[in-house]
Amino acid sequence: MTYTGWFIDQFGQGPGWFLATLTLILAIAFPVMVGVAMAVYADRKIWAAMQMRRGPNVVGPFGILQTFADAAKLFLKETIIPTGASQGVFLLAPMISFTLALVVWAVMPFDAGLVLADLNVGLLYVFAVSSMGVYGIIMSGWASNSKYAFLGGLRSAAQMVSYEVSMGFILVAVMMYAQSLNLSDIVMSQKGNVLGLLNGNIFNPLLFPLGIMFFITALAETNRPPFDLPEAEAELVAGYQVEYSSMSFALFFLGEYANILFMCALVPTLFLGGWLPPLDLPFLYVIPGFVWFLLKMAFMFFVFAWVKASVPRYRYDQLMRLGWKVFLPLSLFWVVVVSGWLMFTGHFESLPA
Amino acid sequence: MTAALAFWLFAVVLLTAALMVITAKNPVHSVLWLITCFFNAAGLFILLGAEFLAMLLVIVYVGAVAVLFLFVVMMLDIDFRALRRGALNNLPLGLFVAGIILTETLLVATGWQAGQGVIVHEALAGPPAGMSNTQWIGSQLYTRYVFVFSMSGLLLLAAMVGAIVLTHRRRIGVKKQSIAAQTARTPAGTLGVGKAPLGQGVEL
Repeated sequence: MTYTGWFIDQFGQGPGWFLATLTLILAIAFPVMVGVAMAVYADRKIWAAMQMRRGPNVVGPFGILQTFADAAKLFLKETIIPTGASQGVFLLAPMISFTLALVVWAVMPFDAGLVLADLNVGLLYVFAVSSMGVYGIIMSGWASNSKYAFLGGLRSAAQMVSYEVSMGFILVAVMMYAQSLNLSDIVMSQKGNVLGLLNGNIFNPLLFPLGIMFFITALAETNRPPFDLPEAEAELVAGYQVEYSSMSFALFFLGEYANILFMCALVPTLFLGGWLPPLDLPFLYVIPGFVWFLLKMAFMFFVFAWVKASVPRYRYDQLMRLGWKVFLPLSLFWVVVVSGWLMFTGHFESLPA
Repeated sequence: MTAALAFWLFAVVLLTAALMVITAKNPVHSVLWLITCFFNAAGLFILLGAEFLAMLLVIVYVGAVAVLFLFVVMMLDIDFRALRRGALNNLPLGLFVAGIILTETLLVATGWQAGQGVIVHEALAGPPAGMSNTQWIGSQLYTRYVFVFSMSGLLLLAAMVGAIVLTHRRRIGVKKQSIAAQTARTPAGTLGVGKAPLGQGVEL
């Protein structure tokens, strides 16, 4: 009997389904939150190591509980709403950021069949939710009624819209190759993709450039360095977050890291073969897919932290140039290349007419 | 039951939000309500089983068009209350135009028999076996409706060219970074080592 089936037997059709889905949502959201806490800690440790510092090392063994201490500190602080702020929008903005960062996990396949909502338009869902993420930032920037916050919000809106365009084209190419928008199907299409041995689109010379471009756009979409202009400390003193305190700030912070973790999960799903082991060898399948998935996620997060520690911030016009004049033509051209290749190798002939 | 509840929820929120768009005092709030509208319309699409259209609505309208719209409205410095002062005078004219559009829509929807060219009324039986509805939309759009599809693409292209022609102007005196010029620089062109004799200085 399936998990949902058991609940339906116990509580009847409607309530049983509701309870089952609710528990499953919690089973994803809670580990994501713990993951976020660990990711913040890992981020700070890696960053410290790159700069020959120690990083957090006081709270708990090796400072591992530092994030929880920070969270407790934030929760106990007073929430301050600036007098000039547009109150409703001001309070709504962090909630939107946080909710969207959690909602997007619904379609992420952690293992074969281990997915909350197996949508047949999963990839579009991810794209839709991540394109809505900009509202939390732009609303907070406007509602704060502060010049720094407003500039941060505007920068962020322009940046995210610009990079979404090329991100869309990269996703189109991946989707054409997999001939599906379902994330589980996309993972399975990468099985034995190259030479019948390597699992993952990144090993395919046709899709390798897209993998690199997707990683860079993911950095830009999550406002990570070198694309962290919306919150540039030096010139905007943290941009759109500047007027936020306590809980509302914590929601932004958690949402941001939940988004980063999601991108660290999405890159493996699209390019590194998701829950599949890197080599298509039988003995590697002994290790559960879930473990492979987490390993790939951790690796991607390390790369995110690595980039953050080693690359200086872009200037704004350079950021726009990279998005519109480099990535957009390149990704558009590559869509043509990939579709042409698939056409001439007869990849589309299996499709029902 | 759940579907009916969801329908009423989406429909009521959609209509309320639409009302708020035209009544909200602050133009930014209007745009935010408009976004709520789009989002709820996407919810209705999902209830109809058109998840691909719903996602496209969210991606295109909520994720791109409305962001730019919000961007512009936020930076406008217009007193909308002053603009709206004459609204009541223009109300009859507005209602008249709305009435014309409504009548025309009803005429098209009820009276027009689908004939040559685009087939509107023919109900398609659903996707053939082994094909998701997303694939089905693609296979119909690029075969049967390819002419209409390309025409709408051309229309958008014409609109885009028009917008660029209208707004593009060559600004003078703007400092631009030329990456090619920067990377083409060699030490020979920029660096020179000269002798500076004691007490005489150098001529640069």
